[in-house]
Amino acid sequence: MSIIELKSAPAIEYAYSVVGKRESEGPIGKKFDFVDKSDKFKMDTWEKAESEMQRIAFDGVLTRSGYNISDIGAIFAGDLLNQCTGSAYGLAGFDAPYFGLYGACSTCAESLILSSLMVDSDKLPRAAAVCSSHNCSAERQFRFPLEYGGQRTPTAQWTVTGAAAFIVGKKSGFHPRITAVLPGTVVDKGITDISNMGAAMAPAAVNTLTQYFNESGEEPEDFDAIITGDLGYEGSKILVDFMKNNGYDISRNHYDCGLIIYDRERQDMHAGGSGCGCSGIVLASHYLEKLKNLDVKRILFMATGAMMSPSSLLQGLSIPGIGHLLKIEMLSK
Amino acid sequence: MNNKEYKKYVQNKATKSNLAVDCVNAFWTGGTICLIGEVLNKLYTPLGLGVKNTSGLVSVTLIFLAVLLTGLNVFDNIAKFAGAGTLVPITGFANAVASPAIDTKAEGFVLGVGAKIFTIAGPVILYGTVASVIYGLVLYIVNLFTPVL
Repeated sequence: MSIIELKSAPAIEYAYSVVGKRESEGPIGKKFDFVDKSDKFKMDTWEKAESEMQRIAFDGVLTRSGYNISDIGAIFAGDLLNQCTGSAYGLAGFDAPYFGLYGACSTCAESLILSSLMVDSDKLPRAAAVCSSHNCSAERQFRFPLEYGGQRTPTAQWTVTGAAAFIVGKKSGFHPRITAVLPGTVVDKGITDISNMGAAMAPAAVNTLTQYFNESGEEPEDFDAIITGDLGYEGSKILVDFMKNNGYDISRNHYDCGLIIYDRERQDMHAGGSGCGCSGIVLASHYLEKLKNLDVKRILFMATGAMMSPSSLLQGLSIPGIGHLLKIEMLSK
Repeated sequence: MNNKEYKKYVQNKATKSNLAVDCVNAFWTGGTICLIGEVLNKLYTPLGLGVKNTSGLVSVTLIFLAVLLTGLNVFDNIAKFAGAGTLVPITGFANAVASPAIDTKAEGFVLGVGAKIFTIAGPVILYGTVASVIYGLVLYIVNLFTPVL
C-alpha cells in the first residue's frame, strides 16, 4: 500500500464530541460539546451508555451541520465492544447506510480514511465517521470488574469515555481538509502485556510514519504537528526513539492525544488515555479548533490500534498493532 | 530489531513501579486490617462463643466490611493504594467475589451473577479444594502406616 492523494481534498465539515467526567476535568475539558459527569448518559448499563454517547455525537453533528439524514451517504462507525454493538445500537435510529468497523483505538482514523475515500471518489456526496469508547464497558470486557481492587501498572493506560462524530464532504470554503491518507498494515512485535499497549502499537506507528516520509519525500519539519492517537507516555517514547533511528526527528512536533486528554500527574492516569474515543474527541475539539484558528495549518494525524481480544490474551497471543495516517491541511477550495 | 530484542528494549524503557513504596504501603495497610481483626477478636471474646466461633465471627465481619465497601465504590480506591495489603487478607477474596457480582447484574441473576460471580475467585476455590483433597489423601495414607499411640 502506498500513500493515496485525495485530489478533491474532502473537508472535515463538522464535528461533535461527547465525553464523561474525567475527560471534562482534563486540560482540554472545556472544549467538548457534550458532557455527562455521571458517565451514564441516563442509561442503566455501561454498554447502553456507550451507544447513547454515539447517538448523541452523531445527532449533535447532524444538527450542527443542518443536513438531513438523507444527505449522509453512509456512516462509518466503530467502538471497542464485542461485535461493535456500541455503534450498531447507538446508530440504529438513523436512516443512513451503516458500516461497522473494528480497528480498536485506530477507528477514528480508519473511519475518516474510508469516509474521505468515498467522498473523493465521488461515490458518496458526504459521509460520517463516528467512534466511541467507554471506560467502564471497556474495563468490563477487557480487564476486571469495575469495583475489583487491583493495582494498575505505571505503563497502563486509561480508556477514554468519549465519542466523536465527523461529517466529511465537499463543502467549499476554507476548511480542514484531508489531502492524503496512508492506511496502515498490521504489525505484531510480540508484546503480550495488555498493561503496555503503547509498546504494542508503537511499531505499527513507526512503520506507517516512516513509510509516509520515505514515500512523500516530506520531512517532519513540514508539519506543525504530528499527532498520534493513544500511544501514551510509553509508546510515544518508543515512537520518537525509533523514528530517530529511521532518520526522522519528530521529537519537537510530536503530540499524543493520550497525553493531551488527561493531566497524568493530577488525574493519576499512569501512561495516559487510550480507546477509540481518545483520538476522536481530541481531533474533534482540540485540533479542529486549532486548525480553524490557524494555530496549526498542516498536520499528520495517525490513530493507532491494539487489536487483541480477551480470548487472544488468555491464549497468550501477542498484540497486533496498526496505525492509520491522514494528512489534514487548512485549505480553501 | 527482532521480537525478542524489542521485548527487551520495551522492558528497559518501561516506567517501573516503586517497589519499596508499594511494599511499605502494603505492609502497613495489611497490618492495619489484621489489627482490626485482633480488636474485633478482643471485642467478641467476652461473648463466650469459644475460640473457633469467635475467629469465625471476626472473618465474617471483615468479609462484610469488604463487601460493603466494594458496594459503596470505596474498596477499589483503597486497594489502588494498598495493593497486596488489601488483596492478601480475607478482604481481597471478599472483594474478588463481590465485584463481579455487582458488575454482572445487568446480564441477569442466572447467566450474569450466577455464572460469573467466581470469575476471579473461581480458580482459588477450585484448586484450593483440589489441594485439600490431595492433602487429605496423603494424610490418610500416612495415618495407615503410622502406629496409633
